[in-house]
Amino acid sequence: MSEYVVELKGVSKRFGDYQALEEIDLTIRNGEFLTLLGPSGCGKTTILRLISGLERPDTGSIYINGQDVTDWPPEHRHLNMVFQSYALFPHMTVFENIAFGLRCKKIPEKEINERVEEILRIVKLTKLAERKPNQLSGGQQQRVAIARAVVNRPLVLLLDEPLSALDYNLRKDMQVELKQLQRKLGVTFVFVTHDQEEALSMSDRVAVMNEGKIEQLGSPRDVYEEPVSLYVAEFIGEANIFETKVIRTNKKNIIVSIEDKRFTFKNKRGCKTRQEVNIMVRPEDLAVWREDEIADKANEMDSMLPGKVEQVIYKGSIVELIVRLESNKRLFATEFFNEDDEKLDYQIGEPVWVNWLPGWEVVLPNAN
Amino acid sequence: MQTKSTFKKICVTVIWGWLLLFALVPAALMLITSFLTPDSNDIVSFHLTFGNYTQLFNPAYLRILLQSLYLAFSCTALCLLIGYPFAFIIARSTSKHRSLFLLLVIIPFWTSSLIRTYAIMALIKAKGIINTVLLAVGIVHHPLPMLYTYGAILLGCVYDFLPFMILPLYANIEKLNPELIEAARDLGAGRIRTLCKIILPLTSSGIMAGTLLVFLPAMTMFYIPVLLGGAKNLLLGNLIENQFLAANNWPVGAAISMIITLFMCGMIFFYWRNSLSKDRSNFEELV
Repeated sequence: MSEYVVELKGVSKRFGDYQALEEIDLTIRNGEFLTLLGPSGCGKTTILRLISGLERPDTGSIYINGQDVTDWPPEHRHLNMVFQSYALFPHMTVFENIAFGLRCKKIPEKEINERVEEILRIVKLTKLAERKPNQLSGGQQQRVAIARAVVNRPLVLLLDEPLSALDYNLRKDMQVELKQLQRKLGVTFVFVTHDQEEALSMSDRVAVMNEGKIEQLGSPRDVYEEPVSLYVAEFIGEANIFETKVIRTNKKNIIVSIEDKRFTFKNKRGCKTRQEVNIMVRPEDLAVWREDEIADKANEMDSMLPGKVEQVIYKGSIVELIVRLESNKRLFATEFFNEDDEKLDYQIGEPVWVNWLPGWEVVLPNAN
Repeated sequence: MQTKSTFKKICVTVIWGWLLLFALVPAALMLITSFLTPDSNDIVSFHLTFGNYTQLFNPAYLRILLQSLYLAFSCTALCLLIGYPFAFIIARSTSKHRSLFLLLVIIPFWTSSLIRTYAIMALIKAKGIINTVLLAVGIVHHPLPMLYTYGAILLGCVYDFLPFMILPLYANIEKLNPELIEAARDLGAGRIRTLCKIILPLTSSGIMAGTLLVFLPAMTMFYIPVLLGGAKNLLLGNLIENQFLAANNWPVGAAISMIITLFMCGMIFFYWRNSLSKDRSNFEELV
């Protein structure tokens, strides 16, 4: 078995006038949980359907276990899909639904019974085997859909927004269950979602997609902490963005001006003088200070941004602050409660100073 | 609310009254007539008899019954064979073409079926359009005998009843979730297995509805066999027509009608029983 279970090379897809997918390359490692994340219409479902064989690519090739399967129909690829609508066969019982794929492969009836019963135990549906899909709840239907796919022991399980039809609590439970199931089965999961929280919490790697392109592919931590573009930074999590220009560069550092103050950042991405850049800081990386909390006023205030508290949102374990800077820019800051709670008792309109630890910012060169 | 329910009552009463007067009363009259004695002067004389029914158990009538069944069966089978792929394609096509195709199916309804049957005659008769073209092009040297054959009757029936097959099938196939077909393919089913195990079972109520709508009228069709078959092939519809209009034997005609009615009720009951277990709404759609 090769290291990559699925490889897409130069694959693109167009529907009429609409370029659903630009030419992309994507490799999926054996046994990983890969999430395709993006807003609707970004091409994530198209990738899934291309891998499954339900669509044919306009250009490029698709390899499964090193074998070119571009021209293979879906029934010959050893992959299975969990559809967004579940697509359970309404005229068949739960048992028949799950056995369908095995019967297509002409597996002996005795083995089919064993395998279906085993998977029913795993998804905890043994008692409902004789029910029809319309007699099941949404969560149960979803588990049948997953069971129907994994009972075939596919090389890769493709999941098209499988949790989007469930309510919030059930969704949280199913996220945990899905992740456990993936570990138990050791099957490669390719998961499509538009929910960034879901993507971060479940995946080994996340591919962030935008308008038919993969913007960034990396671990959840990479895409959150080191986004490669403004798009990724804003799509995943909250982000405070300062638009500015590079004033000067030297070998290692760049100097930029934020709110009329000069900052020196590490030049990780090769920015040039006068290049337009966006400086991104996550709300939880921002520290908010009252004037009397600043020890060394003369030195520290040079790297702090003055502003006023505009709104305080109390959320139990955290407090979210909206700070209006002097330039009228709004910043989002998340403060965590620690031992001395009183510090977080902000008043609306109170003057504050905002800073962050050097190095926690991300410098994003402007694409244009 | 009050006016709404009054409106509802009026609607229902009018329709029930209409049906009682023009459907149930004539049917009851037919039922009574079928038990009376034929009389050459007064059409019927009021002597109760089962003779009209017993005389139907005679090989000549049985042959007509079998012929009618055969025609209805082959007509239905052909309609299904032609209509199903057609309905499937229009139900799956993009919306722009879909309405056009559907319109093409419905347009023939705007013309009387009788006139359309005459049009077929004009097409297929010895000096008709098809033969004229074939002779002119030189494909045949003598006109093909097409009119007044069994094939002509079948052609006329299939042409006439095809929309009744396509429309319920279309309504049913359109509701079929395309992801079910994709799911079947994804699970390893080839085209034939997908058709037999997923598509056909899930559209079976549409198939049943279309079959009933074609089979029942095809059983008693009378003017198409006369016009296109040249009255050589006597069918149930012609038999009834003859008994009433030519032989002036109303009781026997009524008896045959009653038997056919019973037969059809049986079929509808069978369909209803079937659809009860599956999908009640499809039956209500048909009725």
